[in-house]
Amino acid sequence: MTLEVIGISVLWVFLFGYVIIASVDFGAGFFNAYSTLTGQQHILTKVIQRYLSPVWEVTNVFLVFFFVGIVGFFPKTAYYYGTVLLVPASLAIILLAIRGSYYAFATYGGLTNRKRYTFIYGISGLLIPASLSIVLTISEGSFVKVGSTGPTLNYWILFKSPLTWSIVVLSLTAVLYISSVFLTWYAHQAKDDRATALLRKYALIWAGPTLITASGIIIELKAHNPEHYERLLDLWWLFGLSVILFMGTVYLIWRKQSYGVAFGLLVGQFFLAFFGYGISHYPYLLYPYLTIFDSFTNKSMATALIVAFIAGLGLLIPSLYLLVKLFLFNKEYVQGKRNNHA
Amino acid sequence: MGNEEAVFFSRVLTELTLSFHIIYATIGVGIPLMIMIAQWVGIKKQDEHYILLARRWTRGFVITVAVGVVTGTAIGLQLSLLWPNFMELAGNVIALPLFMETFAFFFEAIFLGIYIYTWDRFKNPKKHLLLLIPVAIGASFSAIFITVVNAFMNAPQGFDIVNGQLVNVNPILAMFNPAMPTKVAHVLATAYMTSAFVLASIGAFRLLKGSNHVYHKKALLLTMKMGLIFSIAAAVIGDFSGKYLAEYQPEKLAAAEWHFETEKGAPLILYGVLDDGEVKYAIKIPFALSILAHSTPNAKVIGLDQFAKDETPPLYIHYLFDVMITIGVWMTLLSFVFLIGSWRKWKLISSKLFRWLIVLGGPLSIIGIEAGWWMAEVGRQPWILRGLMRTKEAATTSGQVDVMLLLFSGLYIILAIGSVVVLTRMFRKNPVERELVDRASEKEGATV
Repeated sequence: MTLEVIGISVLWVFLFGYVIIASVDFGAGFFNAYSTLTGQQHILTKVIQRYLSPVWEVTNVFLVFFFVGIVGFFPKTAYYYGTVLLVPASLAIILLAIRGSYYAFATYGGLTNRKRYTFIYGISGLLIPASLSIVLTISEGSFVKVGSTGPTLNYWILFKSPLTWSIVVLSLTAVLYISSVFLTWYAHQAKDDRATALLRKYALIWAGPTLITASGIIIELKAHNPEHYERLLDLWWLFGLSVILFMGTVYLIWRKQSYGVAFGLLVGQFFLAFFGYGISHYPYLLYPYLTIFDSFTNKSMATALIVAFIAGLGLLIPSLYLLVKLFLFNKEYVQGKRNNHA
Repeated sequence: MGNEEAVFFSRVLTELTLSFHIIYATIGVGIPLMIMIAQWVGIKKQDEHYILLARRWTRGFVITVAVGVVTGTAIGLQLSLLWPNFMELAGNVIALPLFMETFAFFFEAIFLGIYIYTWDRFKNPKKHLLLLIPVAIGASFSAIFITVVNAFMNAPQGFDIVNGQLVNVNPILAMFNPAMPTKVAHVLATAYMTSAFVLASIGAFRLLKGSNHVYHKKALLLTMKMGLIFSIAAAVIGDFSGKYLAEYQPEKLAAAEWHFETEKGAPLILYGVLDDGEVKYAIKIPFALSILAHSTPNAKVIGLDQFAKDETPPLYIHYLFDVMITIGVWMTLLSFVFLIGSWRKWKLISSKLFRWLIVLGGPLSIIGIEAGWWMAEVGRQPWILRGLMRTKEAATTSGQVDVMLLLFSGLYIILAIGSVVVLTRMFRKNPVERELVDRASEKEGATV
């Protein structure tokens, strides 16, 4: 494996981590708002708060890690993506900033029971994945023109492309599906039967649309970027495995058993699909201008980054394990029998 | 929008984001250390007051961390969005400390979450104190790594440019650039100092507003002690920074000091105004600049005459230098008098006026931080990478920076108002006296 491939694999893994963790977070905000609207807030709020509170900060770091890492390993991405993403990325930052600080203000500063805020919080959680997923669309090419003054993004072509909207819809359905499956498991662990039942219903509702939109994108790509489409077809078995795992998750949730295993299968499903997509994108970072080879950093920096990465993981994995053990997998905490909050 | 406008708006937006971020970031670096010291003193002295101090600081700290995290994410992305050409070049040389900074931040985020949700969870309170060590270390190390990146912009090294191509990149050499030791040390010392004085100003404010509880007196004494120690450290390191500038970045020192002509035995200019190239109403301390720059009164100090006009920084940085130095010296004196006074039991230090001066000290220290950063950053103009890349070559070619500036201004106004409202509500609603009673009854309930 070359250094380039190691670099992009590391970043792709972190992006995957962000997608899963952030989906739980964004979806939880939305379900919380939705249940408020339908007068069922008392069922969900406690379970959601208990999960989110100790981890909200960690979620953000995964994103920071990804964008710092990509500029480190592939400095040319700063030039191409930095120039064209000013508007969509700024909007995403502003939404993330409002959402993140509002969460802290509400949880620690006691603004929890304001309906209006809960609602804004829930909606902003859906707008963020939508604005971030634009990057995936742009990477497929034909939205960016490189002129003498630098790259520019054609917003109108981007706006009217069906591919854009398919990816946006996929990001939304996936967020809601991932989140509801995770929270079903979490609520079950908390022995909260009503929350489990409600979230199980959401999980079953969002399963179908997720699969449909994901398949839709493959068809969109056929028209938009035939080269990429061909490479996707070569990897059909990865996507086939992913669909089998998907069916496993839905089956277990339908039969109301082994929610933990169901969530594990879901992570597997998205892992395969996410990697299948990533591998088929190889070697382009921005089709057709930027490949991972011509944008890669020099050898000494790449080595230094990989050494730093391994050392960093040595610190992170035990700390994350401690966090998970103290909260996610601590029965007394999950069931709300402990309140040791400062 | 032409390129010149894009450069202008990019500079304004970066300055706005950073100026807003450093208020929360400075507090974020310093306060974990203060919390750690308070909790440690509390455990050691078996004094419930210090433990409660740590607990209440932590609660407020979470709010400032939230704003620090989101504005930090903003500046992290803005670097690539507003300065794509700079990041492309810098990514090749200085990505290592940027990358390490996210690890430090990660580490801090994990343990802060654990720390906040495990008060009273462990039988042995020392275990809980241990959780704070990674928080404080993570906070300080993110400051260290990010300052290393900034130091590199002032003193780029660790690579060669051959025919416009970057070759022989050495990431470690780039990190340990000559600007790094003084920058890092000064940033840490002033962050600890500012946090201590901000906390002291809260204590003094409560004492002024009627509460005469011994809790606030203990808080005030502890934070003023910390403040004095770190303000002395900041001054000593500031002196080293002056020597660094004289050696490696003489145009910044010369502009800050209005030192126009290269000469021996150069005087230090304090205050004054610049009128048509003439310095008026200034205090001149003979030989002081030579001493600051090279430790000997007769040393030669390079003046602005040695540099091309389009390579010298704007001269208004002198005012920023004055503000920073004046606040630093003032806070050192104030905390020194307070400590002598509390040792000799002077009435002066519990007078209303003196307490108001301490209240003022927190905001003043923050102004000092801002002035210092503005001076350091503007003093590097017209370069984004000193001697290598000019700021105008680094900026984005995108035409929408002005609209983004408006959007972000709105965001910072919301965050500023939100954080102030939430922080005041939190502590007004739950004064120390009530919390002490609550905790006492909780404990009784537990033993019965």
